[in-house]
Amino acid sequence: MTVVATRKTRSAPVGNKPLSGRSLAIVRLAVVLIAAMWSFPTAGLLISSLRSANDINSTGWWTTLVHPFETTWTLANYTEVLEASGMLNAFVNSLIVTIPATVIPITLAAFAAYAFAWMRFPGRGLLFAVVVGLLVVPIQMTLVPLLQAYNQTGLTGTFLGIWLAHTGFGLPLAIYLLYNYISQLPRDLFESAFIDGASHFTAFIRLVLPLSMPALAAFAIFQFLWVWNDLLVALVFLGTDSRVAILTARLNELVGSRGQDWHLLTAGAFVTMVVPVIVFLGLQRHFVRGLLAGSVKG
Amino acid sequence: MTGSTDRPRGWPALAAFALTVTAAWWGLRLLAADDGPERLIENVYRLVGASASADAVATYGLTPTTSKFILTVVALVVGVGGVWLLFLTVNGLVDRLGPRFERIVRPWVFVTPALVLLAFYLVYPTIRTIWISLTDGAESASLDHYLSVLSDPTMLAALRNNAVWLVVGTTGSVIIGLAFAALADRVKREALAKTFIFLPLAISMVGAAVIWRFVYYWRPPGQPQIGIVNGLLDGLGRDPIAFFQVPPLNTFVLILIMVWLQTGFAMVILSAAIKGIPDDLLEAARIDGANELQVFGRIVLPGIRGSIITVGTTIFIVILKVFDIVFVTTGGRFDTDVVAVRMFTELIRFRNPGRASALAVVLLVAVVPIMVVNVRNLRRQGVGA
Repeated sequence: MTVVATRKTRSAPVGNKPLSGRSLAIVRLAVVLIAAMWSFPTAGLLISSLRSANDINSTGWWTTLVHPFETTWTLANYTEVLEASGMLNAFVNSLIVTIPATVIPITLAAFAAYAFAWMRFPGRGLLFAVVVGLLVVPIQMTLVPLLQAYNQTGLTGTFLGIWLAHTGFGLPLAIYLLYNYISQLPRDLFESAFIDGASHFTAFIRLVLPLSMPALAAFAIFQFLWVWNDLLVALVFLGTDSRVAILTARLNELVGSRGQDWHLLTAGAFVTMVVPVIVFLGLQRHFVRGLLAGSVKG
Repeated sequence: MTGSTDRPRGWPALAAFALTVTAAWWGLRLLAADDGPERLIENVYRLVGASASADAVATYGLTPTTSKFILTVVALVVGVGGVWLLFLTVNGLVDRLGPRFERIVRPWVFVTPALVLLAFYLVYPTIRTIWISLTDGAESASLDHYLSVLSDPTMLAALRNNAVWLVVGTTGSVIIGLAFAALADRVKREALAKTFIFLPLAISMVGAAVIWRFVYYWRPPGQPQIGIVNGLLDGLGRDPIAFFQVPPLNTFVLILIMVWLQTGFAMVILSAAIKGIPDDLLEAARIDGANELQVFGRIVLPGIRGSIITVGTTIFIVILKVFDIVFVTTGGRFDTDVVAVRMFTELIRFRNPGRASALAVVLLVAVVPIMVVNVRNLRRQGVGA
């Protein structure tokens, strides 16, 4: 939301007084303990997803840490969950939903943010204030009327419907983040471009988009993770029909119908996690930069 | 602004615009139709004159994989390409207006698509929801739905649980995130340590709910416990606990899932803030004889107050709307209901838009102060004024 002041960051522990041996040991222990506590739930999931159904049900996953060769390691859970439980189909649906639902809002927001930052038109200040106000509107506020409108227009259960919904919900944050970045670009840059005869459109395409890559990347990661991981919007506007259902909706159904079959649930949960975790670890730097530019969404 | 003398002529731009709109329209029709990919392939075959193949597709259809693949490609082309083509072609049209009109029209070309979607997806529904909450099922505007929300014991339980979530979840995430940021600042391999805390941010709440459902999984005593917490209790000779079914313990157990997810966010922001505190300030305090705890309490904490408030507000808003975690684990049963789950139940299961809307308005009221502060800050910075 509010921009966190990112002052000059000091390089790691240089400015810190070195701790005495005992305090340092305590600090280290605490760090390792918390990190371990934060990781064991995911570790348990991953390990279990690779064990046979029989083994999962008879011994705890932690026993494999001590006796790694006394359990049957297998990929069968993944084959079963992808094929028989329809997770592969849902995976493709997640891609179909997420990629346009990330690109469309970025495109619309980049144009709008440029206009708010560098073009003059009546109502500019007021409209931008409205956008900022919309940042925190809970999605729940929109569900009832939108569902009614969707049912009347036949948009319920269509990819177009969910792209537009995610676009609408993502736009305030996108415009806000991109505005913060684009408005800080140096003015001289534009002036020389305009003197050379560039229109606003060429300035936008040739100058602003390439220069704004860090901000675009940061928002793209946010929106990608948000849409991929969303359940509520998908349940309300897309539904659970296997033709369109995305991974989160499918996994939720699996919990309902096969709630005790941990070989399916663990593998299924991991299938839903793999793409966001890769995106996240790969682009962590951009993601952190985006977080520090400050943001929440409604 | 544009100094280009040879303006593009009108008709190619118009034709491009018409073509874009038509193509987008066909693409969307194909996506909406049940047999879109089949019809597309059939027509392509007919177009190239391979009528035998066309008949085969018409009769037998395509394999599900092929069909899905075509659907994906069309979806990406329409969704991603369509929006860009629209901007390009409309700007092509604007290019041929005179410079005077161009300057007036162009900003609106840039902002209108975003504003239209914002109006339809956020502004109109917000107003409409308030209206529905007052009028649905009533002859005239009344507060009936609000009264029922505020008197029904199940609703009150949801409101109470939501309050517990907000207090415990927000403070929990901020305190652990702050503690870890401060501790990790002092060790080597800080980045690695932080990644462990940070990673859950990438995991969906549904995924997290499944992960923790497994952690707390319960089986009757005597059977092998495969959830680690009950496995631990078992090892200690205690009876296993059905964590999700025992109120009020279950609400706290669910809140822990949220804390697990959100701590990484708090840590990243607060860690950057801690590193932003000038070294000489810390040095001066140490020279004056302050120990490390005093430095943290007197210098660091006040120095990052703003960031703590930002982080707290952000997590507050996320937790206010908590839905997935409760929905997937207990579905609101065993006295774990929260407002967003209750609202979904009212809307989808009970088909009661009036009560659902009243619940949504309750959530909105909770964020209005934050909204006001944001807009006021914006005004103070003089943005866009």
